[in-house]
Amino acid sequence: MAKHQHAHPVVDLRTSPYIRRAPSVPQIMRNVVYALLPVCAFSVYLFGISALALMIVTTLACLLSEQFFCRMAGKKSTLPDFSAVITGLLLALTLPPGFPLWMGALAGIIGISMGKLLFGGIGYNVFNPALVGRAFVQAAFPVAISTWTPTLAANRFSEFIPSTLALPFMTPAPTAEWSQTVAIDGFTGATPLALMKFEGVMVRTSDLFFGTTAGSAGETSALLILLCGAYLVARNMMDWRLPAAVIAGTAICAECFYLLDPDTYPTPLFMIFSGGLMLGAVFMASDMVASPVTPWGIVLYGLLIGLLTVLIRLFGGLTEGVMYAILFANAASPLLESFTQPKVFGDQ
Amino acid sequence: MAESTPSDTPLTLEVFTAGLWRENPVFVMMLGLCPTLAVTNSVINSLAMGAASIFVLVCSNALVSVLRKLIPKQIRITAYIIIATFVTMVDYIIQAISLDLYNALGAFIQLIVVNCLILGRAEAYASRNSLGKTVVSALGMGLGFTFALVCLGGVRELLGASTLLGFQVFSSNYEPWVVMLLPPGGFIVLGCWLLLFNWLKQRKTTKMIAAEEAMDTTRQIETS
Amino acid sequence: MTDTDPKQPAQQAPDLPSTWRLVSTLSIVALLSGILVVLVYEYTKPIIAENKRLAIERAIFQIFPDAKSTLAFRIEDGQVVAVDADATTGEIVHAVYDQSGQLLGVTLEAAAVGYQDEVRILYGFDPETQCIIGFKVLKTAETPGLGSKISTDPDFLANFNCLQAQVDAQHGGLCHAIKTVKHGSKQHPWEIDAISGSTITSKAIGRMLNGSGQLLLPVIVDNLQLFRDAYRSGAVDNK
Repeated sequence: MAKHQHAHPVVDLRTSPYIRRAPSVPQIMRNVVYALLPVCAFSVYLFGISALALMIVTTLACLLSEQFFCRMAGKKSTLPDFSAVITGLLLALTLPPGFPLWMGALAGIIGISMGKLLFGGIGYNVFNPALVGRAFVQAAFPVAISTWTPTLAANRFSEFIPSTLALPFMTPAPTAEWSQTVAIDGFTGATPLALMKFEGVMVRTSDLFFGTTAGSAGETSALLILLCGAYLVARNMMDWRLPAAVIAGTAICAECFYLLDPDTYPTPLFMIFSGGLMLGAVFMASDMVASPVTPWGIVLYGLLIGLLTVLIRLFGGLTEGVMYAILFANAASPLLESFTQPKVFGDQ
Repeated sequence: MAESTPSDTPLTLEVFTAGLWRENPVFVMMLGLCPTLAVTNSVINSLAMGAASIFVLVCSNALVSVLRKLIPKQIRITAYIIIATFVTMVDYIIQAISLDLYNALGAFIQLIVVNCLILGRAEAYASRNSLGKTVVSALGMGLGFTFALVCLGGVRELLGASTLLGFQVFSSNYEPWVVMLLPPGGFIVLGCWLLLFNWLKQRKTTKMIAAEEAMDTTRQIETS
Repeated sequence: MTDTDPKQPAQQAPDLPSTWRLVSTLSIVALLSGILVVLVYEYTKPIIAENKRLAIERAIFQIFPDAKSTLAFRIEDGQVVAVDADATTGEIVHAVYDQSGQLLGVTLEAAAVGYQDEVRILYGFDPETQCIIGFKVLKTAETPGLGSKISTDPDFLANFNCLQAQVDAQHGGLCHAIKTVKHGSKQHPWEIDAISGSTITSKAIGRMLNGSGQLLLPVIVDNLQLFRDAYRSGAVDNK
């Protein structure tokens, strides 16, 4: 194996199979973390130390609960495979930047314990653990999870958003007044999707693309997320078909509604670049365990997520539908796989 | 575990306590989960549902036991008739006691009729045992069922509304976990309780095995 | 009916009881059950009726704090007829009077399906201002702490200080449909500001008020004189 053994030129003859060894799980997970770091950094730049604290807390909560459950089950620690770090970072990116830290920690614990280790740990989880954690806090704390704060607040690197430091189990401080004082221009406290849904106001697509609108910590810059996704695809660690199918599904479904009635329904571009769709398509839906493996399965899975996202956004009670769309598609993925099993050669 | 023919064992305390703990209908036998998940979003609802279930369970099982010699095995439908009778009665009685309570429990009072715990006990126990034992066993089972409901209701009310039996427990600044009052909360809390009970059971079994092994080795030493 | 199957050995069911025995046992059990149910029903019937009457009375006096007496009516095919105080069937209207016999308003029942089950309320209508001036929940199975907030949330209850329910000129319905809007976006006096987090129950309230109001309030407004006269004619038998 080592190079110095081949001091003189040799013809490297090998027998089949000629396929290179696939990267190992920790290797892929580490690269996903690398790909997430720019997104996290941009989010910290936009929202300041509150977003940073939230990421640290959720990641720690995920790591500690993983360690705790591994010890309880008497298994070897699975910390070194980096998957808990991804769950923690992704979770933080789906939460509002001013989300109370104790709620973030709770989401991490629930996500790891109920979303992952209850099913048997990495490789067995039916759902994306980060989204399980988020779904729990969405149902438990409906007010806190829909409290948004403005981007680029003046002193975001020196002070926390007031709701961040709520004492454990206590109601977070209101942020509405604080948001008004720190916002550069008029802040309505609503995400672009909420503005679209309840007030019929469309945010400029370019703002969405570069990500300077209110929203969850990591659901803002579509451009950056796409670049990070491109890195993973280039390193052969993600199937490009998956995010492409999610985006295509969203675009097709949104286009249908847009053609039906351009006055009420937003453009497909708005749908693609707003909210958590990019983050969901690139980092959430692509959870290696909870998504299908067959090529057609991946495509159907992605299209299903896109379709459900648009339907929930337009007709559901909530403004954002990516989370439930992905969880639902996670549940459907074994079915999609069984539909799209490639025919075994020689089989009837 | 030794299978004893139920009709000839004497009435012991064990008959009563079995339902409370060792054969707890919810935590061990997993019976009657529909009301367990549906009405346990507060302690008072849990208690009321428990009381109604105890009434139906004890009365219907007692009647089945009294009539067990008269009723031919072929017409099991009589047990259903008897249960339905007592459910209808409890429905009227709760309305007479408190309309608020009746409204809070909603359709789940009528649904006691399909609670498999009650039917199961009527078929498996009351139809083969004497009146005394049946009543005692049904009481134990009913109390065990109520205990389980209150366990769920307590946790859900405490986390979901920060109250217990309507009294404020945590400081008024407590942020309620709304999800606990919703159906998913029922599943989550039930899952946690089952986890605890299975863990206790497992620990007891390992201890018993260890004790038996110790006994065996001492016996071997004595005989050798 | 054959009582023995020739293919089966005779020992298979040695003590198959006769059909007569089966029928008689079932009849006896059914009779016994019937008697028990009827006994309980007869015993609890007046208590339940009294409970229901008390609940409605309590609700009326909460909506109209100045109320001293009430009269019950029923709306039948657009006509108002006087009924006994304990009548429960049909669209019951309670006319509410103060100490001097002035008509304060009427209460009506309305119901719609909420998050879990039917929500039934009693609401008060003030014919002077043509406003819905409050409601009490009679029956609900909504989630405690969420949907149940409709009877406790002060912001939500503030909607009903005077929720406009103006009857239109033709007396065929309301001028403006009563509507529940998203929390914080109430603009008109006929809109209900929803409770955030309990939107489904809030919407149910709006829906039931609109449904009942469109249908019944024109009849009420048409028959105001009848309600006023009913008190004077000495028909008040309520405390």
